[in-house]
Amino acid sequence: MTQAGDGQPRPADREAWEAARRVATRIGFYAVVSVLAMFFALPMLWLLTAPFDSSPRYAVTVPAFTLDNFREITANPYAVSSLVASTVLAVTTMLLVIVGAALASYALSRVRIPGRDAMLYLLLLLSSVVTGTAAMVPIFLLVTQFGRVDERVGIDSWGAVVLVLSGGLLPAAIFMLKDFVDSIPRSYEESARVFGASPLRTLKDVVAPLISPGLATIAVWTVVNVWGSFLVPFILLRDPDKQPAAVLVRTLYTEGGQPNLALLSTFSLLYSLPVVLMYVFVWRRYGFRFHGGIKS
Amino acid sequence: MAGIALRALSKEFPGGVRAVDGLDLDIADGEFFALLGPSGCGKTTLLRTIAGLERPTGGDVLIGGRRVTHLSPGKRDVAMVFQDYALFPHMDVIDNIGYPLRIRGMARDARERHAADVGGQLGLEGLMARRPAALSGGQQQRVALARAVACRPQVFLFDEPLSNLDARLRLEARTFLKRLQRQLGVTTVFVTHDQAEALALADRIAVMEAGRIRQLGTPREVFGRPANLFVANFIGSTPMNLIPGTVRGDRIEVAGQRVAVPAEIRSRLADGDAVVFGIRPEYVTLSVTPADGGLRGVVSIVENLGSSALVSVECDGHAVGATVPEGSEPEPGSEVWLVPHDGRVLLYRAGDGELIGPPPPSTDGQRVSLSSAVTAARPASSRATGIRNGEQDT
Repeated sequence: MTQAGDGQPRPADREAWEAARRVATRIGFYAVVSVLAMFFALPMLWLLTAPFDSSPRYAVTVPAFTLDNFREITANPYAVSSLVASTVLAVTTMLLVIVGAALASYALSRVRIPGRDAMLYLLLLLSSVVTGTAAMVPIFLLVTQFGRVDERVGIDSWGAVVLVLSGGLLPAAIFMLKDFVDSIPRSYEESARVFGASPLRTLKDVVAPLISPGLATIAVWTVVNVWGSFLVPFILLRDPDKQPAAVLVRTLYTEGGQPNLALLSTFSLLYSLPVVLMYVFVWRRYGFRFHGGIKS
Repeated sequence: MAGIALRALSKEFPGGVRAVDGLDLDIADGEFFALLGPSGCGKTTLLRTIAGLERPTGGDVLIGGRRVTHLSPGKRDVAMVFQDYALFPHMDVIDNIGYPLRIRGMARDARERHAADVGGQLGLEGLMARRPAALSGGQQQRVALARAVACRPQVFLFDEPLSNLDARLRLEARTFLKRLQRQLGVTTVFVTHDQAEALALADRIAVMEAGRIRQLGTPREVFGRPANLFVANFIGSTPMNLIPGTVRGDRIEVAGQRVAVPAEIRSRLADGDAVVFGIRPEYVTLSVTPADGGLRGVVSIVENLGSSALVSVECDGHAVGATVPEGSEPEPGSEVWLVPHDGRVLLYRAGDGELIGPPPPSTDGQRVSLSSAVTAARPASSRATGIRNGEQDT
């Protein structure tokens, strides 16, 4: 009645109210983020704790610490060999894809072919078919036929798996890499040519170093793809000695037909580690910063 | 060391564009030769054809008497400096300079010693461990030169190596380039669209238009006696005055007035011939008192060029330029008389734009003496260019 500002909050009150509201908003935001993060983090957490638990369940608990699971998995006749198989498949496919994509993208970038872009898009479209489910029967038949000519590319051979996976990955790899090659000024290569370098030499000395971030990207992408691919090796490899880790995981069951959680989690951890390590390595080496092919 | 010979050389691109059209050219051993022309005239294509980066559709290229038309660029023993220098960004300076030697299979030690040697001669000591991105434009240009020098070629091919430098640096690099070429004595073909650059550097200039050479000669000839209207228009920091006229007896009617016909070509003109009267602003004396044989006009604009000024004079609807020394500029609006210097008036046929008059004397064998004369005559034109560039930069 006597004060002019009666009925309305005084400036100090309003400030306090504003501050409280800001804090509340923050708390709400963090709460939502935490729930979301938990949703994604829980499986990770389970993957990190379950292998060290003597009797893991479908829950994240403080483990009754033991290394028995690791002892048991290394005793499994196929577990270690499957990781070796995965590594061999991934590395060979990666080398094949990198060399093939570098040569092809360099040629496609520099030589004028009528309908070049249409061809690239068509290849890209078809590549998803090659490793897709629909093509599995023809591919199986094709590989069976190959096997009659040469066992190294027949059924039950790593060669066949590498070829099929490379075939599926190459078009996309060429497509990605061509952008990197396109960004290199032609005068670099012409300069090398005038000094007497052959095209292959130019690719090795000049082009490849300049597209190395692109090559690194494609290497990581290929390894991850092969590491996780299930259908192609599952169909083409009958011999459990040769099956990669992604295929072997499905055999880790107890006699009762229940998933063997101890072995499954331990094996999954071993299976994920190389990819994580590779990611960290490449990230530190190349940082995934791309500057259109020109690194300074 | 070797000369270059082009025989009926043609290059037609798939679209039907004839970038080089039946070209014959001899470049002497040790000569500094400039290919000059506006963009799209085929000069860069010609250079790239000599280098082997483009395959000619007709004719032959000979380097040092050897037919190299179908040899790959690496087998021609040439070195090229590109407009963007084409330094490999992932190699440091010493590796860049040594790269041609690496291709030839030279051992790393010898290669680096040689590269450091050449780099030292070109003032690149202390920069050897840097990557090109950490160099200034002028330094990059010198690394590109060093790389070309390091492989000791028979021929240097330069594709506008100065055009990426700023105006001041360009003058410095120009002097440096000329000194380097004189020291090494290597046959050099230099492509440029900057006529001042060509005049300053070259022993001989070929002015090109649409795949053909419109004039071939020393800088002095090309500047003093342009063989046709195209060259007359293209060469010179201040454009040449070109005014249509008609022959009337032993005089020419130009801009409503009559001026004398140069004595040596009087016999080649008939009464009533349509001609183009050409005179460089530098070869005109401006007089404020009536002068015999001069064009009368009214001063419209005075442009300051530093040590001189370019005066535009309105003569019966035609703007005629004249340069006057510093301090004697006329007032705009005043009446003046323009008197051409003796022997500097050039007449072109109105039809095909060719110069009327005795053909320029053959220059074989007198190249060196002529180029020294050009050196003496150069400062005026390069100074004017410097000023023009300065204006462009602000």
